[in-house]
Amino acid sequence: MTPLLTVEGLAGVVFFGFILLIIFGALVATNAVNLIRAVCGLALCLVGVAGIYYFLQSPFLALMQILIYAGAVCVAIVFAVMLAEPQGVQRLERAHPLAGPGAFAVAALMTWGLAALALRTSWPEAAARVNAGALEDVGRAMMTTFVVSFELISLILLVAILGSLVLARRGRRR
Amino acid sequence: MSELPEIFRVLAFVGGIMALVGLNAAFSVWLERKVAGHIQRRIGPKEVGPFGIFQSLADGIKLMSKQLVVPAKADPVLYRLAPALTMITAVMVFVVIPFGPALVARDINIGLLLIFAIASVNVLALLMGGWGSNNKYAVISATRAVSQNVAYEVPMLITVVTMVMIAGSMNLNTIVGQQQNLLQWYIFPWNGSLLLPVSFLIFFVCAMAETNRAPFDLGEAESELVAGFHTEYGGMGFGLFFLGEYGHVFVGCALASILFLGGWQCPFGWLPGIHWLLLKTYLLVFVVMWVRWTYPRTTLYGLLNLSWKVLVPFSLAILVLTAAMLKVF
Repeated sequence: MTPLLTVEGLAGVVFFGFILLIIFGALVATNAVNLIRAVCGLALCLVGVAGIYYFLQSPFLALMQILIYAGAVCVAIVFAVMLAEPQGVQRLERAHPLAGPGAFAVAALMTWGLAALALRTSWPEAAARVNAGALEDVGRAMMTTFVVSFELISLILLVAILGSLVLARRGRRR
Repeated sequence: MSELPEIFRVLAFVGGIMALVGLNAAFSVWLERKVAGHIQRRIGPKEVGPFGIFQSLADGIKLMSKQLVVPAKADPVLYRLAPALTMITAVMVFVVIPFGPALVARDINIGLLLIFAIASVNVLALLMGGWGSNNKYAVISATRAVSQNVAYEVPMLITVVTMVMIAGSMNLNTIVGQQQNLLQWYIFPWNGSLLLPVSFLIFFVCAMAETNRAPFDLGEAESELVAGFHTEYGGMGFGLFFLGEYGHVFVGCALASILFLGGWQCPFGWLPGIHWLLLKTYLLVFVVMWVRWTYPRTTLYGLLNLSWKVLVPFSLAILVLTAAMLKVF
């Protein structure tokens, strides 16, 4: 048991703070009375995940997480919701009675599977992987080891852009 | 006991940044009213203190003494959270701004990325405020603000990528360190790419649009939308939105002066320090206000067309040209 007022102790407090943030955000996201609040909970949860990345010495990944998920994905979702139902606060419909237990079962199965996987894998030594998420390493890995996946992702984005252009064009002619 | 000074350093920076955000807002409001006044052939505030310099203080006390009213049909959580979130993002981006050679709260090597990551969350605050108020004007304004922010983030980030390619670093202090005198400023075309002045212009226009300043202030177009996303806010809720907005204007201008105008470096090599950054930043802030009171508000389509049809192609062309020039020379 490390005392609280050392660097390790404070780091542990911060770590559990982020864990609590993630759980709280996830609970808000699943139990909120309306969609916008749910998205805000999701954003909170994603910021918590970014905090975990930062805790794992990968500030680059943490900032990308905030920029892309909290800054872009959540904003896009809220934007879509506001365009779809701009009027007032609407309560979400109650789902099918079996949906809750079903989702719980699936989530429990996922947790069990991931935990089993994480516990059985022989992870490399922690000391050798400090700074694994540094800017230079990510850049180098993207341009060498993972260059094919990198190019494939840009292809997917290109297809997405073309697809949205086609959809928008079709809407305009009508 | 080795971590004790670090704690003190952190506390000093937290206090200093909070004070700077507050003072900056007070000064900017006063400057805005003075600039607006003189441009419209009035003299602006003059009663409170010499040249009305304490007018913002009086405004602040007035705002703080007002009762916080939450509209009955508003979403109480989102309504209260939104101004605080604006304020949080505005304060957090100050963390990596280098005010002097050693005067930076957190000198991380991806400072530039941090500013854009945190600032992109500010849009979420506008959305929450606009939607949480449960007011039609506020919702329209929030959707406008978002489409505008998304549109202008693209050319801004492309321009920033160009600058990162030229400077070879995302550390703001390193970028400033490379521009030691007037001739080495990145605004001049002989420092890497022929089109650097155009890059500066694109960056500045985008910074103005990102902070929802006129002529791009469609989010709060008062002639059509009452006051935009903060229609329902009064007292310090409104005050926090204002503090946040001026904080973002300051950061945008400070970033422009860091990337293109040498930050805390003196143009002639004398006494580098915080005063040069503040001087350059407030000159740019003055230009932002000058533009606001000179140009009429654009339309939404004009605004979006400017971004997607002019700024994005130009910034992409500059990116390609800069890459080619860096490869050749």
